[in-house]
Amino acid sequence: MACNSGTCQSGSCRDEFSAGEDGRKQRPVPEIGNGSDHASPRRGESIAEGVCIKCKVNGTIATTHPAITGSGGDAGRFCADCFRSNLFGKFRFAVTSNAMISPTDNVLVAFSGGSSSRVALQFVHEMQQKAQKNFDATKSTERVLPVFRVGVAYIDETTVYPVPSNDFDRAVNEMELIVSSLAPPEKQFFVVPTESIYSTDFTAERDRLTKLVDAVSDVTGKQDLMKHLRMSCLQKAAYENGYTKIVMGTCTSQIACHVLEATVKGQGFSLAADIQYVDARWKIPVVLPLRDCPSEELNMLCSLDSLKTVESLEQPRSGINGLISSFVKLLQVENPSRESTIVRTAGKLTPFSFNTAPEVGDVTTHLASKRRQKKYNLKPDESLPTESFCLICNSPLKKTNDFHHGETHAEIYSGTCSSCQFQILPKDNSSMEYFCSLLPQSMTTLPKYTNDNQKLLREQIQDCLLSESDDGTS
Amino acid sequence: MASEVAEETPKPRGGRFCTLCNARRAALKRPKTLEQICKECFYEVFEDEIHRVIVDNNLFRRGERVAIGASGGKDSTVLAYVLSELNRRHDYGLDLFLLSVDEGITGYRDDSLETVKRNEIQYGLPLKVVSYKQLYGWTMDEIVKLIGLKNNCTFCGVFRRQALDRGATLLKVDKLVTGHNADDIAETVLLNILRGDIARLSRCTFITTGEDGPIPRCKPFKYTYEKEIRNLTSASSWWRIYSPNAYRGFAREFIKDLERLRPRAILDIIKSGEDFRISTTTKMPEQGNCERCGYISSQKWCKACVLLEGLNRGLPKMGIGRSRGIDNERNKDVKETNGTKSLESKQCGSLDF
Repeated sequence: MACNSGTCQSGSCRDEFSAGEDGRKQRPVPEIGNGSDHASPRRGESIAEGVCIKCKVNGTIATTHPAITGSGGDAGRFCADCFRSNLFGKFRFAVTSNAMISPTDNVLVAFSGGSSSRVALQFVHEMQQKAQKNFDATKSTERVLPVFRVGVAYIDETTVYPVPSNDFDRAVNEMELIVSSLAPPEKQFFVVPTESIYSTDFTAERDRLTKLVDAVSDVTGKQDLMKHLRMSCLQKAAYENGYTKIVMGTCTSQIACHVLEATVKGQGFSLAADIQYVDARWKIPVVLPLRDCPSEELNMLCSLDSLKTVESLEQPRSGINGLISSFVKLLQVENPSRESTIVRTAGKLTPFSFNTAPEVGDVTTHLASKRRQKKYNLKPDESLPTESFCLICNSPLKKTNDFHHGETHAEIYSGTCSSCQFQILPKDNSSMEYFCSLLPQSMTTLPKYTNDNQKLLREQIQDCLLSESDDGTS
Repeated sequence: MASEVAEETPKPRGGRFCTLCNARRAALKRPKTLEQICKECFYEVFEDEIHRVIVDNNLFRRGERVAIGASGGKDSTVLAYVLSELNRRHDYGLDLFLLSVDEGITGYRDDSLETVKRNEIQYGLPLKVVSYKQLYGWTMDEIVKLIGLKNNCTFCGVFRRQALDRGATLLKVDKLVTGHNADDIAETVLLNILRGDIARLSRCTFITTGEDGPIPRCKPFKYTYEKEIRNLTSASSWWRIYSPNAYRGFAREFIKDLERLRPRAILDIIKSGEDFRISTTTKMPEQGNCERCGYISSQKWCKACVLLEGLNRGLPKMGIGRSRGIDNERNKDVKETNGTKSLESKQCGSLDF
């Protein structure tokens, strides 16, 4: 198993090893130099330079592929095959030990064109391909498990972030080629515009979305709102097309940034919800199988395997989020284990009750996965009362959220977290009324854990929305 | 906002009015809220906020003897002034003392100790200076002579943290207050995340620590921005001689950049630190007492006694860097030292809570 490797970066594995130690003693010591010239095997038998420390046969990536830019320490230690199987092993381990994908699942992979989601797409495909081969080889036998199905979704944000249409068309065409090349089994590809979160005619949708985003004056608030809308779009697309799981290519590096972003925005309470392998607070559970893989390794794999990515549509980050990205990059240069340390620290925060895979009807696979789960996963606190969630970002709210009585829209404030209150919601009453009329209905009526207050709150918000003669969910 | 002000009163040429009193000319923009206010209102809101923090958190009880950790820097200078002022105005009924630590570093502490002596006279607070020589038998100069420049910060930081407790015991006080401000606490939250220190992450935002111990420590400036403390010192006629604080390191610069972009981010970080859900069953080092000196320690002997034993035995490397005995590679040590140093900011580990 990949975890037996001394270099396994799995968070679960590390947690187990370090459970009995003082947190202070876990500070990672950099084991590698900055350049491949300084890298050398440090453990086990003495090996000639340039030979893989695992298989001891092939040359290391730094030797066989010297042109790979930005390669980290792994390039000086592993050959391409061992590096690749190590990464895939982390992915597969995350999937199996957290019951992310079951044979009856219909999985939607979120694909942005970047390295992380490209690797997620590739690995999901390979897993599906293997399952299909097993199925074909044994289908004449009785009681064979079905093979999970896979679809791919790209969120089109050009209404808010305009791109020249020929650039966009070329990018979408490249994505379609990538998806069609990952067959058999065939996968459906969806281009989902952000404005599809509404359910009215096309022109009105775009106009409404533009106004909604323009109503947010804070740069970081705009970015975060777009991020929340992205997830809402994914949820809607998955639900309407019969998918049962959403796979995100979120990697260690992105989670490390998110940890600091949430901390800086006062979202320490809900942070733990966002960084677990499984997030079932949504209608369609979201899973992060690449959680323990740093972006550096994923970039390297894309180079090694010539996995095509589509980069031109990425939006540059600014504001608080941009500052944090720069900060994490700076730290990573100084200490290559920093991202993993950040994720491991945050991984010790108590998860929420929805951070486990929901119960599936299939008893056989469920029991098999459960056996693995017990060994490796922290038990979330089941005794906690059900959460209420922020209306905009869907973060769990702390019980003691206070708000000012007497405000006309006090109930809307009480239904959002302090971060969204500050950087997304307008300050004065008339702007608030206007803003609420622009919010997509799914952000106010999404079914989730509710109590009576939450129900009343939804009804009040729906009263605001009715004046816009909204059709409602189709 | 500007137009609203103009509507309320005719706007005088060449100036903006204070948004609080609307009578005096605005002298500064308040870092925490970005309000344009005058000097008098700034003093008032600053002191009222500290008072509110003290009352809401029940930091003191009437009749208590309270030592102020006084380094001579701007934080503790302002803290000494504000506490003595609030004690007088709101009749807390506290006996206040100044407590300073003299590390015995030639040329380093002289100016700051002079500042504290001036504070003693100016505010009428008795001053107690405890030195490393007095507490441990060694000055930092002597320690450096013995072990060289590398690693001497370990001695100084460890001794200093405990020196305040020992000095407070000598003074027989009930509480010890330090001038850690919001920027310090926010930085500590970030550092504990970056270093993977979950145990400290759960307690670094406490406004009072060591409540179970003999002398609890309080941080009345927990929600006070460093820039406001600086504004206070520059806006007044107070003595301006401070010991140099070399702020360096990634985390501190990051905090400053954050504050520029979004001033309330500092309070948001503290709020996050308070809100983190950390299980009480998570393995934490157990707080106990050192067998040798009786002060707080999670080990059999506290770090100070281990280092002291090494010094007294002529084995100063004892207790430094556990990995040294295992791995003698020089590059590794240098890298580790550099890595550690770049995350630190205030000198000599004064950020440790």
